[in-house]
Amino acid sequence: MTTTQAPAHRSRSSSIPTILGKVLLLGATLAIAIWIIPALIALQQWLWVAVVLFAAIGIFVLYTTKRFIPGKYIFPGTFFLVVFLIAPIVLTFAYSFTNFGDGTRGSKEQAVSAIMGNSVQQAPDSPRYGLSVATAGDPAAGPYTFFLVDPEDQKVYQGSLEQDLTPVPAGDVTVEGGRVTEAQGFTILTMPQINAAGREIQQVSVKVDEDSAIRMLTANQAFEGTATMVYDEEADTFTNTTSGAVYTVQKVGNTDYFVDEAGNRLPQSWLQGVGGANYMRLFTDGKIAGQFLKAFGWTLVFAAGSVLSTFLVGFALALVLNDERMKSRRFYRSVLLMPYAIPAFIAILMWSNFYNRDFGLINQVLHLHINWLGDPTWAKAAVLLTNLWMGFPYMFIVCTGALQALPGDVMEAAKIDGASRLQTTMRVVMPLLLVAVSPLLVASFAFNFNNFNAIQLLTEGGPFPAGEYTRGGTDILISMIYRIAFGGSGADFGFASAVSVALFVLTGVIAALQFRFTSVLEDVN
Amino acid sequence: MSHSTSAPAVASTPSAADPADRRMPFGRWMAEIGWRHIVGLLAVAFAAFPIIYILSASVNPLGTVSSTSLIPTSFSLDHYRTLLAGERGPFLRWYLNTIIVCAAVSIVQVLLSTLAAYAFSRFRFAGRRMGMLSLLLVMMFPAILSMIAIYTMISGLGQAVPLFGLDSLPGYIIVLLGGSLGQVWLIKGFFDTVPKELDEAAIIDGCTHWQVFSKILLPTLTPILATTLLISLVGVMSEFLLGSIFLTSNDSKTLAVGMYTLLSGDRSNNLGVFAAGSVMIMVPVIILYQFLQRFIVGGSTAGAVKG
Repeated sequence: MTTTQAPAHRSRSSSIPTILGKVLLLGATLAIAIWIIPALIALQQWLWVAVVLFAAIGIFVLYTTKRFIPGKYIFPGTFFLVVFLIAPIVLTFAYSFTNFGDGTRGSKEQAVSAIMGNSVQQAPDSPRYGLSVATAGDPAAGPYTFFLVDPEDQKVYQGSLEQDLTPVPAGDVTVEGGRVTEAQGFTILTMPQINAAGREIQQVSVKVDEDSAIRMLTANQAFEGTATMVYDEEADTFTNTTSGAVYTVQKVGNTDYFVDEAGNRLPQSWLQGVGGANYMRLFTDGKIAGQFLKAFGWTLVFAAGSVLSTFLVGFALALVLNDERMKSRRFYRSVLLMPYAIPAFIAILMWSNFYNRDFGLINQVLHLHINWLGDPTWAKAAVLLTNLWMGFPYMFIVCTGALQALPGDVMEAAKIDGASRLQTTMRVVMPLLLVAVSPLLVASFAFNFNNFNAIQLLTEGGPFPAGEYTRGGTDILISMIYRIAFGGSGADFGFASAVSVALFVLTGVIAALQFRFTSVLEDVN
Repeated sequence: MSHSTSAPAVASTPSAADPADRRMPFGRWMAEIGWRHIVGLLAVAFAAFPIIYILSASVNPLGTVSSTSLIPTSFSLDHYRTLLAGERGPFLRWYLNTIIVCAAVSIVQVLLSTLAAYAFSRFRFAGRRMGMLSLLLVMMFPAILSMIAIYTMISGLGQAVPLFGLDSLPGYIIVLLGGSLGQVWLIKGFFDTVPKELDEAAIIDGCTHWQVFSKILLPTLTPILATTLLISLVGVMSEFLLGSIFLTSNDSKTLAVGMYTLLSGDRSNNLGVFAAGSVMIMVPVIILYQFLQRFIVGGSTAGAVKG
């Protein structure tokens, strides 16, 4: 225990459970770091190596001393914040200057071995091997390693896209029936797993020497064949040994490919820096710049429209229903709270059923024949109407709270001065209330600015004009990015990242506005 | 508190209002109060009709868009049976996944936010003001804005540690933990309301900073933290974007992703089943909210936005 003279925090000796807890925490940290880091290094996941080191060092520095007390409390949350909010933002910036996308994920070496491997042809006398597909990672995602057994001398080899054919010492694997059934540090894929990842595994070829490689033939057999595409490292060219065509590295669009004299390019490419090309495309390509501006315009209209409509309805209802002489105020409040209480995704999916042209509830009840989701303008109206339903209860609650908190004497004074009801509402209540709720209106605007669910779950961005896939009539910026990156027409991550950066900037402007309106800068205490 | 925006002179003493109502002639009553009820009932109709429609669709045996009306014409629990039997997708599995994700994310979020809020509220250190403000700024850029980078990061991590890869709940959960400090400002506000003399007294009595936190402040704030937890829980429940790109196999989906695929798969014929599922999701949450109503009304001005 402390002596009375001692400074309060320093001299206190720790109790046994505390020490035990600390030792356990530090031990676990060390164990996890030692266990994970080699696997991450083997797969060249440098970012994650850095993350694990950051966590381990942070934990050791902060929790072994008695200093940095605030740090001990702030670190855990900050760690997740840095790894999953800040690092992705930085990465997005980096991606926006590359051609990252389908077919351009790997390095140039990987593209070269893929081109060579894909050209391997089976000859009648090709040697065959007993094949087991294995992975050190996730059976569904790879990367995959082949374990091969030579049927003649039962020797075992292993190899992958990155690793040329290497003999495996007999003790490291179990061979049964001419195939490897167990290998240390690897999971051997089962038949259904091989089927599920078939396309990826088809791409794997194990290089034997400059012009031959091993590829999968069936799920448990592989063959060694001759490559018809031969890579010349000095000249950086591919030569097709059957046709004699020579492929040199040339730019197509903003990406390097292997292209022959006739202008045919090979599909495989690799991750490259493209400078500002993605931004050039976004701002100067007439069609895309138009799409971007339209999406931005509609994002503003959608966010502002949602805030205004929900606020006006909520405020009006609060004014009307906030009268002490009404005995059923509690009832109204409970029922009107219901849309707020329903999880947003359920509410939106629910509403998406109401807009069917022929049988939808809205057209039926109101005897209309509006093509809600098929016409861009009506689809926008549908999005706003749905968002009004979801949002007005919140505004109603907030405004009711703010009305009840207004000082009564101000109203009294207005009445004594001879103001009519309307005048009191418009000139006294309204300004006072706006001051109270304006930070919330700005927050609501910022929230709706990136309200992906309200669009995707209701209209999926549609309706789409014929032949147009990047942006539908109701796509806001964030759902447009989603469509470019994960939509059906091939992943263009580099370009989508450039659009994301533009969205960061716009969100930043809104953040600045919000800071101004809420005046948080002054009242951090 | 006794003001009313359009109160006539008689109502300025609220206790006298009730008998005054009954003595009012009908025309006067309409002009003063009746019209308010009409507006209120219209609003109630607007707020309630989608919910009534879904209730009705969930018990309509045909379960198609064209055969459903506001008032159910016949009654059957077939859709509930179909859904629970897993014929249109593993609904119970989705439910369980959602509970796991929501519980894990919101508990960790409130816990880590509370820890950080304690530091920001009780200690004075260099970079404190900057820290609070940058936190506010970073929170303006939610993870969904960087979906591409998050996707490639997790796919990379999954190659080394499959447990945290794409299409796994733990991978999805750690990504959502990026918002762990999302409630710091709100909770710091609660901490600031607890007088500092309380912890000063405890420190003089020999408590460490951790004991002040866990034995003095935490018990005081438990009710309000529980409310924060439940609000955060409902917010996590509606996360859809990252879920839809991460959770691709049927068994790892959450309700938001699962119900979306269920409905968009065959919109006209799955309506009944979807409605039954919605009812089973809505009812617990609505009960929770009615129970928490007074907290929400009080706390709504503290900056909660529906997520």
